[in-house]
Amino acid sequence: MRKRSIIPILYIAFLMLPIYWLVAMSFKTTQEILGGFSLFPQTWTLASYRTIFTDPTWYWGYINSIAYVTINTVISVTVALPAAYAFSRYRFLGDKQLFFWLLTNRMAPAAVFALPFFQLYSAVGLFDTYWAVAMAHCLFNIPLAVWILEGFMGGVPKELDETAFVDGYSFPRFFLKIFLPTIKAGVGVAAFFCFMFSWVELLLAKTLTAVYAKPIAATMTKTASSAGYELGLLAAAGTLTIIPGAIVIWFVRNYIAKGFALGRV
Amino acid sequence: MRKVNQKGWLFVLPVVILVAFNALIPMMTVVNYSVQETFGDNVFFWHGLGWFEDILKSDRFQAALGRQAFFTFLILIIEVPLGVIIALSMPRKGFWVPVCLVTMALPMLIPWNVVGAMWNIFTLPDIGLLGYFLNHVLGVTYDMTQNPTAAWITIITMDVWHWTSLVVLLCYAGLVSIPDAYYQAAKIDGASNWAVFRYIQLPKMKQVLTIAVLLRFMDSFNVYTEPFVLTGGGPGNSTTLLSIDLVKIALGQFDLGPAAAMSLIYFAITLFASWLFYTLMTRHDVK
Repeated sequence: MRKRSIIPILYIAFLMLPIYWLVAMSFKTTQEILGGFSLFPQTWTLASYRTIFTDPTWYWGYINSIAYVTINTVISVTVALPAAYAFSRYRFLGDKQLFFWLLTNRMAPAAVFALPFFQLYSAVGLFDTYWAVAMAHCLFNIPLAVWILEGFMGGVPKELDETAFVDGYSFPRFFLKIFLPTIKAGVGVAAFFCFMFSWVELLLAKTLTAVYAKPIAATMTKTASSAGYELGLLAAAGTLTIIPGAIVIWFVRNYIAKGFALGRV
Repeated sequence: MRKVNQKGWLFVLPVVILVAFNALIPMMTVVNYSVQETFGDNVFFWHGLGWFEDILKSDRFQAALGRQAFFTFLILIIEVPLGVIIALSMPRKGFWVPVCLVTMALPMLIPWNVVGAMWNIFTLPDIGLLGYFLNHVLGVTYDMTQNPTAAWITIITMDVWHWTSLVVLLCYAGLVSIPDAYYQAAKIDGASNWAVFRYIQLPKMKQVLTIAVLLRFMDSFNVYTEPFVLTGGGPGNSTTLLSIDLVKIALGQFDLGPAAAMSLIYFAITLFASWLFYTLMTRHDVK
């Protein structure tokens, strides 16, 4: 083992400590948590998890979150694909300005949009539905998807398109049969990032929902304040929110670095 | 060279419609509020640029902006060098690469309020792992709900925990794209480690580092949920960042005019940063 591997090891240990504490807490009884400090759960209990899986207000939170995240990912990637193709292959009136305008939305502070979003989605009758949150998250996810896909598409030589057209492929057939399989890593990475940013965002999701589409994260905040100090329950719910991320990240592990570089390495 | 083809507009139309719906309509609402005064009952009066003047002159806004800028400054000077060092010492191939990548990316996939809640549990003075360790093992008095310095150290540590991996992953992506031949050549020339870093690794990382710095700049400037859940802006107002103050005014006090004016000023600052970002990025793309 080389001497410098100590740095990543220390860093990963630092990353894992708070996560360990959250998971350990979720297996402790409330009594033990409030009773004092213990490094490991003294009496293991699944009570917190049982509450989450049997109480509809809890498990519906997860279903709601997964529902709007999925809708958002599908919409974002679908509309971003042709747009990214246009940005990477064509020049058209105002393309640079348009690309820049898209990016500004990725940079907009969500706090700026919370109130007007509430009014907009109430006005169109979508308030407290999956669609409201899924559409609202498009604000920053579509620009991100366009950006990543454009980066990946830029790495595909234009000769591929030209050869296909010479061979008599129509555009839709070329796009679906040849181009999409070529950039499938990019599509996966774009979908991953849309999933990620929709999954972790809370401010808009909380503002746009009340009862029926409430995300798990909002359920957590409300329980934390209303039911007093139920730390075990809070920890268990938190632990469960880490799992979906951990699963999807495994599928894109080889591309994740390139994805964070927005396809531009 | 890309071909001129106005059909491109057809391809981008769905994106433009969706984003415009989400961006322009709320933006118009904000602009509308920012120039009006109301006494309730949905009756509005023209107020000109009064709110903007009030906000820019108010101590509260300046203090919140100052705290936000200080936060972003600390984040950048800690996370960027740290991220570069970690990326440089990561393995380049083998079994440990995916392990490193996945564990390092994990904090970024945790919902932001869970990050806040997790750090809250972690730092509780008597029953949190860090809080207990500091108070009872090291004997340092640590309670971030009482002490502003402790609160600041905690939100900074939390952000370092949460986002340094972004810098690491970006730099790592730049590093693995360096062909082995470069290193071999450097070895033959007898180049020092510093020379390898300065003349081979740094130039290769320049572009991804630009992305990293600017993404970190913008995201830390817009940060809201994690510090809000962790400290609620306290103790007192010591960790009330600009975004926290904005949500307080808009959704807490429902002062629509000042909140809207503040939003626009806030947005103008991020817009300027975005422009800078875009210019730097496209300059790289041209090369």
